[in-house]
Amino acid sequence: MLRHIIALIAGGLFGSGLFLSGMTNTAKVQGWLDVFGDWDPTLAFVMGGAMIPMALAWLVRNRRVTALTGAPLPPPASSEIDRKLVVGSVLFGMGWGLAGLCPGPTIAALSYGGPGLYVFLAAMLTGMLVAPSLRARLDRAVPAE
Amino acid sequence: MPMDWIWGLIGGLLIGTGGAVYLLGNGKIMGASGIIGGLVDGSGRATALERTLFLLGVALMPAVLMPFFQGVTTNITDDYLVLVAAGLLVGVGTRLANGCTSGHGVCGMSRLSIRGFVATGIYIVAGGLGVVIFRHILGVI
Repeated sequence: MLRHIIALIAGGLFGSGLFLSGMTNTAKVQGWLDVFGDWDPTLAFVMGGAMIPMALAWLVRNRRVTALTGAPLPPPASSEIDRKLVVGSVLFGMGWGLAGLCPGPTIAALSYGGPGLYVFLAAMLTGMLVAPSLRARLDRAVPAE
Repeated sequence: MPMDWIWGLIGGLLIGTGGAVYLLGNGKIMGASGIIGGLVDGSGRATALERTLFLLGVALMPAVLMPFFQGVTTNITDDYLVLVAAGLLVGVGTRLANGCTSGHGVCGMSRLSIRGFVATGIYIVAGGLGVVIFRHILGVI
């Protein structure tokens, strides 16, 4: 029960932040990526602002054994740079630049994004559905080391 | 608008607080693509309700805040071909890379994760190139 309430609160904070920061405005996101056009610095403030409480949370995590609900805390970050990370990030970046949307803001804008947002959402969910089969293919392409 | 960076900072602090609550409360990394993707491909079936409630919070709060703000718009393109292509790229890409702006960017870089920095560097460069190619060269966006 508690973990469900926490999930709702965390989601509410995330959604509020995406809304207030202007990150559901595709023009601002594309404006930040468009260094050769009329550059918009807002996204840097959003990312910087978000990393402050998050970095503090990671420091607290190092001093705890479990999360508040008793759930295990995430293991230390992996440092493996594999083909999936690189290929996936290239594809994601291209799509992000093309539409100015990433997964979080897509959900945050559901109540006001209009039909175009639902077209994007449907395509994104389809992409997520087929990704596991591509993941397996990329894994096979790399011989085990 | 001159006030945009302040709203960016305020919004960013709220996004990071959400991530902090999710990490220290539930022991989970707040990555939007992972939370959604786990529901889509079935890998997150055991935590489906937790994921759904998180996403409900994400979708609900902007609707609650909306009446207090004027002129909020997504400026989303009405070119459905562009939206379908972009959506597929974002969906496939984030799941292959196992993270997006929130997971690799906010949560990864703030713990000094190498994967977070590499992924974020790549998708920002790819996004910048995407805007150059599709806006300045091809003129489709």
